[in-house]
Amino acid sequence: MSIDAQTVKKIAFLSHLKIDEDKIDATKEEFNKILQWVDQLKEVDTEQVEPLVSVNDGTLDMRKDEVTEGNQAEAILANAPMQEYGYFAVPKVVE
Amino acid sequence: MTDLTELTIAEAKKGLSKKEFSAVELTTSYINNMQAKHKLNAFVKETPELALQQAAASQSKIDSGLGGELEGIPLGIKDLFCTKGVDTTACSQILKGFVPPYESTVTSKLLSAGANFLGKLNLDEFAMGGSNETSAFGPVINPWSKEVPLVPGGSSGGSAAAVAANMCAAATGTDTGGSIRQPSAFCGVTGIKPTYGRCSRYGIIAFASSLDQAGPIAKTVEDCAIMLKVMSGHDAKDATSAKIAVPDFTKVLGQSIKGMRVGIPKEYRVPSLNEEVASYWDKAAQMLKEQGVEIVDISLPHTKYALAVYYIIAPAEASSNLARYDGLRYGNRVEGKTLDEMYVNSRTAGFGREVKRRIMIGTYVLSAGYYDAYYLKAQKVRRLIRDDFIEAFNHCDIILTPTAPSAAFAIGDKSMQQDPINMWLNDIFTVSVSLAGLPAMSLPIGLNSKGLPLGMQLIGRAFDEESVLKAASILEKQVAFRGVK
Repeated sequence: MSIDAQTVKKIAFLSHLKIDEDKIDATKEEFNKILQWVDQLKEVDTEQVEPLVSVNDGTLDMRKDEVTEGNQAEAILANAPMQEYGYFAVPKVVE
Repeated sequence: MTDLTELTIAEAKKGLSKKEFSAVELTTSYINNMQAKHKLNAFVKETPELALQQAAASQSKIDSGLGGELEGIPLGIKDLFCTKGVDTTACSQILKGFVPPYESTVTSKLLSAGANFLGKLNLDEFAMGGSNETSAFGPVINPWSKEVPLVPGGSSGGSAAAVAANMCAAATGTDTGGSIRQPSAFCGVTGIKPTYGRCSRYGIIAFASSLDQAGPIAKTVEDCAIMLKVMSGHDAKDATSAKIAVPDFTKVLGQSIKGMRVGIPKEYRVPSLNEEVASYWDKAAQMLKEQGVEIVDISLPHTKYALAVYYIIAPAEASSNLARYDGLRYGNRVEGKTLDEMYVNSRTAGFGREVKRRIMIGTYVLSAGYYDAYYLKAQKVRRLIRDDFIEAFNHCDIILTPTAPSAAFAIGDKSMQQDPINMWLNDIFTVSVSLAGLPAMSLPIGLNSKGLPLGMQLIGRAFDEESVLKAASILEKQVAFRGVK
């Protein structure tokens, strides 16, 4: 499979990343090289194989849905780039 | 008096308990060495005051006979572990200035055992790299470098370099595709990636969650065993951490390995395998044979697909894990007119090239229309790779391979810089083990003709770190490797 410039822009958009116009072609080339390389997996017959999602055997535990470490607003906001009135502050969303 | 920084953890523990030196003296020696070797760029954040406070507290515990398993031992912490009140950046611009309000489970276990923290160690940005060159703090210099500065390997490059240069008694590392083992090999030190689930991932900045595992890098097999025992154990805060009892890993060290079956996988004789590495591989097998093991030829037929599988699964998981960095709740924000623009600006400015590359690959292989062809396909081949190991372990108890196809290369190496796949090929012997979730250790086997260390890898069955450590302790004794200088 190979991808075009339009797809590169789409992936960047989905990734929330910006690629400068003059870097699109180079990125496309690099991507195609990588995709060509991983295409070797096509030669493996996986018709009867279940995907391996986790190497952990068994099921995961359920835990009680309860507050374990509450009242940490100050600690949580301590690293906020911007905060106001005890909330994370962001650019205006609604006009 | 001998240089205290040359002592192993086991030796330092003895010296401390016999009062040959104090915990403060030990920590001071390491602080001096850490500061004298700034040019290696191994530490990205030094916490000497904190370490000295902890050392003083350790000394009173030792005096009252209440010392923990690592009481007074000065450690370096890979800057991927959240440390309460101490900057944690994953060596990324996007996390510069981030001070975690909590402690990772692994580091909190080390602190409870009495360890002192000298500071945070350099790594490839978000642990994505095999040379430590993708770090926002610049590359680490391998202490074995001669004329040309060499890479320490990666991603735990700062950890391996700091241990090799006696800047800390041991260090924490993390391993997703080889990030403990390959730098250990490049720097002539010893490191173990335990079974997936052995150590809690809580508080370790996530890269690829189905692969990430913490482990120690240390001077000796014994020190790795001491560290691993403290770092391991079930943690309710990590749903994937295993509810399996942690043995005293030190008990098996030096025990006879007579009759143990050691597998040699034929698929690991790849064309890119350096001749000297190949000859040390044979030599290591011979050394183990002399100790009474049975050498068995085994096959891991899907080995050649491991890297391609890894470079689909790891970026896919990374693209999801790294979606949280948006400049909103923590980390670096770059303003924009709209919320979306702020996200894009923050991420574009905050992530380095390799991280962006992997986020985009991951986004692509998970996107509508490509998910089955890439991601699902990779997960299927991942099962085949794991099944290869399960089958192989019907015929052997551990597996012996080289850790990396070559010794450390130069910083800025052209072929690695021009083609990311060349860099990724460094993980050729380590990724399969990660995909299968198995424990594996790298230990130094000798020097090549240029005087650079090479490493051997021992792989075990799931949760059988003991066989790996046992065989490694015997091999280590035969090799009698001497550190840098």
